[in-house]
Amino acid sequence: MPESRLEVEALTKAFGGLVAADAVSFELEPGELHAFIGPNGAGKTTLVNLLAGQLKADTGSIKFDGVPITNWSAAARARHGLVRSFQITSIFRDFTVLDNVALAGQSRQGHSFGFWRAARNDPALRDPALRVLDQVGLASRADVPAGALSHGEQRALEIAIALATEPKILLLDEPMAGMGPDDSERMIAFLGRLKRRYTIMLVEHDMDAVFALADRITVLVYGRPIATGAPAEIRANAKVRQAYLGDEETAAA
Amino acid sequence: MKDIARNPAAIATFVLFVVIALVPIVAPLIGYGFYVNVFARIMIWSIAAVGLNLIMGYGGMVSFGHAAYLGIGGYTFGILSYHGIDNGFIQWPLALAISAVVAFVFGAVSLRTRGVYFIMITLAFAQMVFFLGASLDQYGSNDGLIIYNRSTFDVGGVGPNLGDRVFFYYLLLALLLLVIFICWRIVNSRFGMVLRGTKSNETRVHAIGIPAYRYRLVAFVISGVIVGLAGILMANLEKFISPDMMNWPRSGELIFMVVLGGMGTLFGPVWGALAFLLLAEILSSFTEHWHLIFGPLLILVVLFGRGGVLGFVERLNPRHA
Repeated sequence: MPESRLEVEALTKAFGGLVAADAVSFELEPGELHAFIGPNGAGKTTLVNLLAGQLKADTGSIKFDGVPITNWSAAARARHGLVRSFQITSIFRDFTVLDNVALAGQSRQGHSFGFWRAARNDPALRDPALRVLDQVGLASRADVPAGALSHGEQRALEIAIALATEPKILLLDEPMAGMGPDDSERMIAFLGRLKRRYTIMLVEHDMDAVFALADRITVLVYGRPIATGAPAEIRANAKVRQAYLGDEETAAA
Repeated sequence: MKDIARNPAAIATFVLFVVIALVPIVAPLIGYGFYVNVFARIMIWSIAAVGLNLIMGYGGMVSFGHAAYLGIGGYTFGILSYHGIDNGFIQWPLALAISAVVAFVFGAVSLRTRGVYFIMITLAFAQMVFFLGASLDQYGSNDGLIIYNRSTFDVGGVGPNLGDRVFFYYLLLALLLLVIFICWRIVNSRFGMVLRGTKSNETRVHAIGIPAYRYRLVAFVISGVIVGLAGILMANLEKFISPDMMNWPRSGELIFMVVLGGMGTLFGPVWGALAFLLLAEILSSFTEHWHLIFGPLLILVVLFGRGGVLGFVERLNPRHA
């Protein structure tokens, strides 16, 4: 059972006049799958960038297992187990699939100042990498250049890279982005298997996925959380229906 | 082995090294003795290009200031020699150490920037070194300095020295192969995977918990030391140092050799140096306006020869056709 917790306090980020994160506070409880939804431009990806360290917050604080990490670099956060995936696939396109995952594994095994031994033949890198590929169903594609994978496979690799770092907390930024229904269904099943193995923050557009997987849901609108609760509460919340789920459902009800 | 036998690029490279090894034996016999010097120069530039390729081809860092390390290597050797210190065991380690320190300082600052800014700041640092060299009145300032003695490696009165032309030539060949071997180990090591990762997708390297900066800096230093070595060798070969060896056109030529030969391949820089210097040698023997042909020719190669010379040979492979 995962034990890592993330506490976010009044996190704010403005781009010029646009406030992308407006005093966002929430917690990721150990082992929960906490989904974030919201209309386009609500600041979901900005929030992931702030948590993972790609962006620096203007004000506010982030605590990872009680340790303030607000001023840490992205690399330091990831090394300590706060690891993200990307909405826009961010893989090493000219590496093989296996090398993508093996490089991520390298970061878990201390520094990479080994100049002499060939990394590719190193079982300490290969074996765990192959296990991760097996989990996401890419084992048979290990030696293919990552850029040659189909979109669905690249999305799976995207997650595999994050998993290979042996994270404690996973920040998943729209893992289903651009997927067809079949791939989406596979991904939802896979995320279901990840649940309870990591503390997970899931940003997702796909409502079926969110309501099927999440323990709690937070709704973001204009950079500000307007509601947090169990899926049933969120479904019933009038503010949420109006702001996000759309009036059609209200009308249909 | 079977793979190598079917790979035209590998065969061509093997043949090239056989030819290089035979030049000092064959060239004087057929009355082309001066080609020994031409090929010695090609090997020295190859070493420098291999050094630049480590960061440019594998790390995506386009340094427009690597001639600085040619100058630092050459000047350290030259100045020591000027003061009567001919022993290579003192000259070489010192020259390489200074190259490393300078590369560390320049790299530490330059690597904070990206893209065009990186290119411009490496250029600016190199021009600083160039003007420093030009201001050293005691060592010939702009006119340069003639060196009378090449490095000696004698211990207790015996041992080789670079005054022996044939010994020097094969030392160059050995050093070139050694440098390529070292780079081969590096680019396939854990360090090398990180370096190539930063070229491919630096954001993701950070996101998986690897602080890219320090790896890029170490690669930059290794690269500077290799080019520093080439500088020592160049000054030994020419028995001459001048600020011109670290002026910006030299940095540009190095970049050209790397691109011409095939970026991010182990032997590409050797092909690039060979093509560049041979072409210059041959064209200049026809006409003094050889730059008029040379320039457009290089542009054509870069425009249409994807992957450089090695890439061209690679495409001869029927498997890829």
